[in-house]
Amino acid sequence: MFLPRRRPTTRSPAGWWILPSLPLALFILLPLAALVWRASPRMVLQHLQDPAVTQAIFLSLRTSVAATVLAALLGTPLAYLLARRHLPGWRLLETLLDLPLVLPPAVAGVALLMAFGRRGIAGIYLANAGLELTFTAVAVVLAQLFVASPFFLRAAMLGFSAVDEELAQAAALDGAGEWALFRHVILPLSRPALLGGAVLSWARALGEFGATIIFAGNLPGRTQTMPLAIYLGFELDLDVALTLSVILLGISFLVLVSVRSLPFEER
Amino acid sequence: MYEWKSHLAENGPLRVRRQPWVCLRLVSLLGLLLLSGCGNNSPAEGQTLTIFAAASLTEAFTELATTFEREAGRVDVQLNFAGSQQLAQQLAQGAPADLFASADKQQMEVAIAAGRIAAEAPRQFAGNRMVIVVPSGNPAAIESLADLARPGVKLVLAGETVPAGRYARQVLEQATADPAFGPAFRQETLANVVSHEQNVRAVLTKVALGEADAGMVYASDVAGQGVMVIEIPDAFNIRGSYLIAPVAGSAQRALARAFVNFTLSPQGQEILAGYGLQPVVEQ
Repeated sequence: MFLPRRRPTTRSPAGWWILPSLPLALFILLPLAALVWRASPRMVLQHLQDPAVTQAIFLSLRTSVAATVLAALLGTPLAYLLARRHLPGWRLLETLLDLPLVLPPAVAGVALLMAFGRRGIAGIYLANAGLELTFTAVAVVLAQLFVASPFFLRAAMLGFSAVDEELAQAAALDGAGEWALFRHVILPLSRPALLGGAVLSWARALGEFGATIIFAGNLPGRTQTMPLAIYLGFELDLDVALTLSVILLGISFLVLVSVRSLPFEER
Repeated sequence: MYEWKSHLAENGPLRVRRQPWVCLRLVSLLGLLLLSGCGNNSPAEGQTLTIFAAASLTEAFTELATTFEREAGRVDVQLNFAGSQQLAQQLAQGAPADLFASADKQQMEVAIAAGRIAAEAPRQFAGNRMVIVVPSGNPAAIESLADLARPGVKLVLAGETVPAGRYARQVLEQATADPAFGPAFRQETLANVVSHEQNVRAVLTKVALGEADAGMVYASDVAGQGVMVIEIPDAFNIRGSYLIAPVAGSAQRALARAFVNFTLSPQGQEILAGYGLQPVVEQ
């Protein structure tokens, strides 16, 4: 995910590589271009006044930001522990925590229902305490947190483990306690990785669909995020789906640009 | 830093030279894949009939197709189940299919308007009615249609474009006209909706899992689903009609017609009735 960019080392012409490179590049670029082509700026502006569209946009922004903040707050100590302390079984735990990256989101949705649904293994106690999560915006945030937090965890672990052990030992020798070491040495050094991970998990949360529709349901204004509105808008009004798609495309593009411009040091 | 000289020294020049062959082999593999892809269309493989069918027909059409395959021989029936509104949109966007079985007239008309189905082609092959379902244990103590308007009830309906969702709203509308329910019944009930699901089976699942207090589905959906059924009085109920029609320009016209005839035959109607669908009497 965070490949340090290698400076071109040869000056040989790219000519030979252009032809076999074209199919995939075109295959990816063409649908994106088609989307922008079909959505005229006038149409996008017009639909931006549609409350169904604005509701979906604001709900998506609110929930995805909440999920990202939670991923960063709860993910930082976990990533630190996994990266800087080694205990038996760590590898297995790391692999398990990575699972949401490769699972189909629908599986995540069913799993969340089994755990936190009204009759789920944890949800049944929550429901008895009067806390029902399904069909609420909180469920949307949880679905996003589930699928997006591994992105933050991975990046943070990479960042934390890249900090030179000798540097940490030197700081400890100078009398830095555990907290001071983390706060003044490790955190500043891994900040780009943490930021990058947060941005990526935010983008994943913003695009979350499968887990949301299963765990949180679909109600405009409460749980209908942009991806859900696109999916269902496709049946109701193609223009709404196109408008939201173009907006999501724009946001995602900005996210990627900002990740790329983060100052990653080449080591 | 990548040192090509030390790489050469370690691995010898042969390995480097071999690279283009790997590439060539991959290209020929790709060619083989393409060729084998073409092979599927050869007539020796038998015929494939692709049917787009409403989600509520899942079990009934699966058995219908198995029986049809057995009797017709050398025929492979491919079934694609989803909300009728989704299938109609897929057809409108050019999805390849030979038959479309819709849960209502509206979505059949979407396919007709898109030019995928001839206007006079659709034939009704089954009917259905709506029921209320509640999870086992009935946590919200729903006893009748009127209870759906009680504040705090978590109700799940199919979306407005989904036939089952449209029928459910029609039931609410018809009940609202009755003074016993009162003029606010429809609005109060709709205010209880916590999710608009994308097909009727998703409604059923949410209720069966106990996530929702109640839902409205077809009478034919509820067999063996572990939910409790509350009937909707005939005066407010709808008579849903399923329509089937061949897709225009399908290469399997004869086979499609045979399947439609089979669906309308006494044997086909009996299979449908076995899944709680109402048979139709053909004029």
